This record gives sequence, structure tokens and C-alpha cells, in this order.
Amino acid sequence: MIFAFDIIILVFLVVAALISLNVKDLLSASMIYGIYGFLICLLWAEMGAVDVAFTEASVGAGVSTVLLVATVFNTRRRSSD
Amino acid sequence: MAEFIHDHIQPYFNYWVYVIIMMIGLWALIAKNNLIKKLIGLSIFQTAIILFYVSMGVKDGATIPILGHHGSSPPASEHRLFEDLDEEEPKKAHGKPVDHHAADDEHGEDHTHGHAGHHKTNPDLIANPLPHVLMLTAIVVGVATLGVALAISQMIFKEFGSLEEDEILEEIKASASDG
Repeated sequence: MIFAFDIIILVFLVVAALISLNVKDLLSASMIYGIYGFLICLLWAEMGAVDVAFTEASVGAGVSTVLLVATVFNTRRRSSD
Repeated sequence: MAEFIHDHIQPYFNYWVYVIIMMIGLWALIAKNNLIKKLIGLSIFQTAIILFYVSMGVKDGATIPILGHHGSSPPASEHRLFEDLDEEEPKKAHGKPVDHHAADDEHGEDHTHGHAGHHKTNPDLIANPLPHVLMLTAIVVGVATLGVALAISQMIFKEFGSLEEDEILEEIKASASDG
């Protein structure tokens, strides 16, 4: 574990989570959630959990984002908060 | 203050951030009005729990839990992942003594003939893979719950024409008082 790398990714992680929850456009929120997923995938690889990193990149970040975008496509894009 | 940071924040930084991310997810689940936002908050909550478990498997100076062919080829690293048992005593890593002697006396004779030969893996230089394997399941289950929840919110949108929680509750109240 490299502490400087760790600290940078964790700060970006908190920022990405807050932006994704505060943006009013749901498509942007889904995309920033995808960025959050890939950041946490980097974090797994950095902590030595390479198998978890693979799964997170394909399933967590990839499929979750596709599901969210599909739902936004089928419903409404604007959010009140 | 500097002492507090050095003693309590720096060694446990992952744990501090996991609590922060978890509370962000919980806040989104409670305070957000839109159902999709609530589900994003749920996913963030789940990744926080996974972060907690994977952080428990981290060791200082440890490599990824993958061995070479037959566990005998050392990786390109300055760490001494494999020790020659014939020559040396087991190393002390991070101040914690590693006692391989008991196992060696019983099984040492049998194992010296195989491919792995005279090498033995030092577990202190490999990250603990058990939490990783457990959390692999948690990630897949998390995506499954997210998929089911998004499908249900699409059905809610078809029924009520909205994804906002307050509008849905008003609609339900209106239909209940009508019928």
C-alpha cells in the first residue's frame, strides 16, 4: 500500500460521491457514479486486492452505470434535488 | 494535534474515510427525494462496507496474493517473499516473530522433495486474501440488488408518472382517500 496514492484516491472518492449525489441531472449523476466506481477499482488494485478490482471494474462500475443510464432513459432525466 | 494525526489518523486513514463515505451514503438514503439518487446512495454505502473489509486485509509492505509457478519463483520485488529454509531462521517481519519451526519439524522432510523444494512462502509479505474473496460476492450481490431496485423504480414511474418520493406519497394518499 502506497500511502500518498491512497490518500489522493480516497479524497477523490469522497468528492466524486458528493458530486454524484448533489448534481440535479440524473444522467450526470449516473456518469459520475461510474467515475466513483473506477476510482474505487483503482483503490482495490492499490491495496493488493486485484481480483476485487477486476470485478469492480466490470460489474460494479460497468454494469451498474449501464443499468442506471437505462433507467434514466426510460424515466425522467431531471431530479428535484 | 500533529501527534494525534500521526498516531490515530494516518495509520487508520482508510477506516476514517470508510466511515465518511458510509455516512454520505446513509444521508443520501434518508434525505434525498429522488429514488435514483437514493439508489446511488445505497451503492455508495455498499462500497464503503467493502472498503472496510478490504482494508482489514492490508499489510504494510505486502504484495498481491498471487504466487509464482509451484510457489517457487520469486516475484520481481525487493521484498523477500520466499525464504530458504535450509540456510536461515525465519525472518521477523514488522516486529512480529514468525514461528515456522513447529511445522517444519513435522512436515519438513516430505516437502523438500517436491518442485517447491527448499522454499516456503512468508505470509507476512502477502495481503490477506480472505476478505477479498468474501467481498467479491458482496460486489456481485450489490449489483443484483441495484438492478432489481432500478426495475422496481421503472414500474413505479409507469404507475405514478414520477420518481420523486413526495409526489408518489401524495398520489398514494389521493388515491386512498378517493377509493
